[in-house]
Amino acid sequence: MSETAPTAAPVGTTAAILPEVPRLPDRLVDQLAFPHRETYHQMVSAFRDGGFELCADLCAVDYLTHPGRTLPEGVNAERFEVVVNLASLSMRQRVRIRVQVPESDPVVDSIVDVYAGADAMEREAFDLMGIVFSGHPDMTRILMPEDWEGHPLRKDYGVGRVPVQFKEAPGPR
Amino acid sequence: MGLEDLQHNFLTGRMEDLVKWARRNSVWPATFGLACCAIEMMSVGAADYDISRLGMEVFRASPRQADLMIVAGRVSQKMAPVLRQVYDQMMEPKWVISMGVCASTGGMFNNYAIVQGVDQIVPVDAYAPGCPPSPETLLHAILTLHEKIRTGEITRRPGTSVPAGEQATGGWVPSVPDAVRVATPR
Amino acid sequence: MSEHDGRDEVETGLEDTERAHREAEERAVFVAETSEGAQELMPRGTTSAGELRQEVGAVLRLPEGGYVDPGDIDIDRRDDQTMIINMGPQHPSTHGVLRLMLELDGETVLRTKPIIGYLHTGMEKTGEELTYVQGATNTTRMDYLSPLHNELVFSLATEALLGIELPPRAVWIRMLMAELNRMSSHLMWMATNGMDLGSTSMMIYGFREREMVLSFFEKTTGLRMNHNYIRPGGVAADLPDGWQDDVEVICETILARTYEYDELLTGQPIFRDRTEAVGNISAEEALALSVTGPILRSTGVPWDLRRTMPYLAYDKLDFDVIVGSYGDNFDRYSVRLNEIRESIRMVRQIAEMMPPGDYRVQDRKVTPPPRARIDESMEALIHHFKVFTEGFRVPEGEVYVAIESPRGELGCYMVSDGTSKPYRMHIRGPSFVNLQALPLLLRGGLMADAVAVISSVDPVMGEVDR
Repeated sequence: MSETAPTAAPVGTTAAILPEVPRLPDRLVDQLAFPHRETYHQMVSAFRDGGFELCADLCAVDYLTHPGRTLPEGVNAERFEVVVNLASLSMRQRVRIRVQVPESDPVVDSIVDVYAGADAMEREAFDLMGIVFSGHPDMTRILMPEDWEGHPLRKDYGVGRVPVQFKEAPGPR
Repeated sequence: MGLEDLQHNFLTGRMEDLVKWARRNSVWPATFGLACCAIEMMSVGAADYDISRLGMEVFRASPRQADLMIVAGRVSQKMAPVLRQVYDQMMEPKWVISMGVCASTGGMFNNYAIVQGVDQIVPVDAYAPGCPPSPETLLHAILTLHEKIRTGEITRRPGTSVPAGEQATGGWVPSVPDAVRVATPR
Repeated sequence: MSEHDGRDEVETGLEDTERAHREAEERAVFVAETSEGAQELMPRGTTSAGELRQEVGAVLRLPEGGYVDPGDIDIDRRDDQTMIINMGPQHPSTHGVLRLMLELDGETVLRTKPIIGYLHTGMEKTGEELTYVQGATNTTRMDYLSPLHNELVFSLATEALLGIELPPRAVWIRMLMAELNRMSSHLMWMATNGMDLGSTSMMIYGFREREMVLSFFEKTTGLRMNHNYIRPGGVAADLPDGWQDDVEVICETILARTYEYDELLTGQPIFRDRTEAVGNISAEEALALSVTGPILRSTGVPWDLRRTMPYLAYDKLDFDVIVGSYGDNFDRYSVRLNEIRESIRMVRQIAEMMPPGDYRVQDRKVTPPPRARIDESMEALIHHFKVFTEGFRVPEGEVYVAIESPRGELGCYMVSDGTSKPYRMHIRGPSFVNLQALPLLLRGGLMADAVAVISSVDPVMGEVDR
């Protein structure tokens, strides 16, 4: 589905936004963009000014047990990825931005000043994945209790399954 | 005149039976709908599966005025202390129906976030299985609870010792027609 | 305390007080545990400027270099003039376990902070442990008022990763069920909204109509709620015989009854006073807060994914996108009421245009074979076994698919690593995002309006907390 090198001539106005950022084509959304952590905020602002009024979704993925995913050239795979899906109501298009976040320094800029709706989504990414969004006004847990330790959606955090008493053999399910 | 004129106008019975009759026919549930089971609980309260005929359609928001806590839905770790607090605020006599598999045993969510059975937090009187239990199942659970109220002692608190002579499992034997008794253990 | 039986008469008093103290201590621990620390609304003196902006619902970007001086917000108010109260998580009017902390000045709401997480079920983590066949059972319990939409978005994401094409009948059956579910969800909303505003008869009417749709669902899918009917590859079973008559009875009855609701609510002066100009939001604010669904449409923005980014076969149906003008409670009510009517129109068209054919894709690697064939053929037995124990493998990739659920844009971001279980399954719940609009909607309103506004935002806590 995805290629390892960007296609020759990007189409549409979204390709004109910060064209130096590596991209990949996608079947369903207009583009996948892979900015570096430093240019992430700038790219999001540029997309907003370029007509993407709605921040549909912001989530984080932990690639600890799946390091070999396809990325364009010039993008180094890190443990975490912050994925932002933007939608343009005027152009009826979607675009996806994926930022690599290293495990040693899981800090990314917050885009709350660009899209106010990313507030709760960033808190959820912090709560469940442990990625800190610098510049967020209220970086606290949102789904887990306040004194919870650990970030449950990480791959090294167990499911927390309680063994069911009447089963004798501890099978995989 | 005198008492001899009133010979045939008395009914006698035990005080305990009267109290139990009053208690089981106006069990007011506390609103503790958490998730999908809450929708089925609301359906039980609505017109098609009316629990108003059992005297129970008044869902009291204040735990002080409620007798029954129907824990309808999955109890998360964050919600567990709140559940216990609401249960503690209810006045005696109080009962708990655990509605749905998530409230009974944790259901399909055997993970870090869900308490594996609300009986880890509060003592439960009746369990209604299903995901979600259909309104008929919840009505069966409610009728089982009514039966339990009818046959249990009015002074015994849940969790205290059962008098000698009663069975180890629950300690009550329902004496109702088989149609209601289908799933209850003997 | 069986070991003290013999000495009960002497030491009962002491033991009772000891036990009372112990229980009080335990209770105090539980009471302390219900406080969520930094997630709660703090007095103004201890709140930073950024947090204050969030809690009063100031969403538009400040000019470059600007900040909000806490003294600028409600400039006359000091901490001792306002009252912070807690509403929930157990409350009859918060639509599930939503906890709101409100700062009130008399009856007027100044700041709001919703605290969620009381129904967090770890469904995204569970989704990584279940195969793609089982995944619909998990996602269906997120938004439990429109479970078929959750299953639909999960199945669409899986099929996008698989790259398979569905037979037309499967697509149209999915559309039929999705629109019927939209009707039942909006009817449920009208019931609870009516009850929140005081009209208990609306509650009974809404549930009565909803029972008709639910009994059709029970006939088709086997369950009234949380059906696990829409699965990757199609649907679980074909529609029952005589479904057109059932559907026509549903449509006719509910359409006639929507006009009864007009009599009961729409024209009624008390209802109009309580809902008009209450909970206003403008289109820019709604887009800034990523609010979608009836709330966005009530502000005048005609954004409905069924029309603008069609999925399934919605581009072949003729329907209108209902749009409001003022973005207040009344507009949201009328958007949802008219969406019921539009859904009825769509269901009637689907009933006419339903194509014949398979109800699921015939690829044996994805969908299990019919039960009858298992007795005859060894391959059918093996495929059945593999699909239900190990599941089918999905090629590596990632995809984001969004549909229009009754609450807004319901999205599924799925990452696959080539095995039979999703590597990451994230559901973008519309209610989770729409709740961010609450501080803005409640500010300046009265406490009684707070209940009405929360109800008109229509949060379903299952998809808020997942």
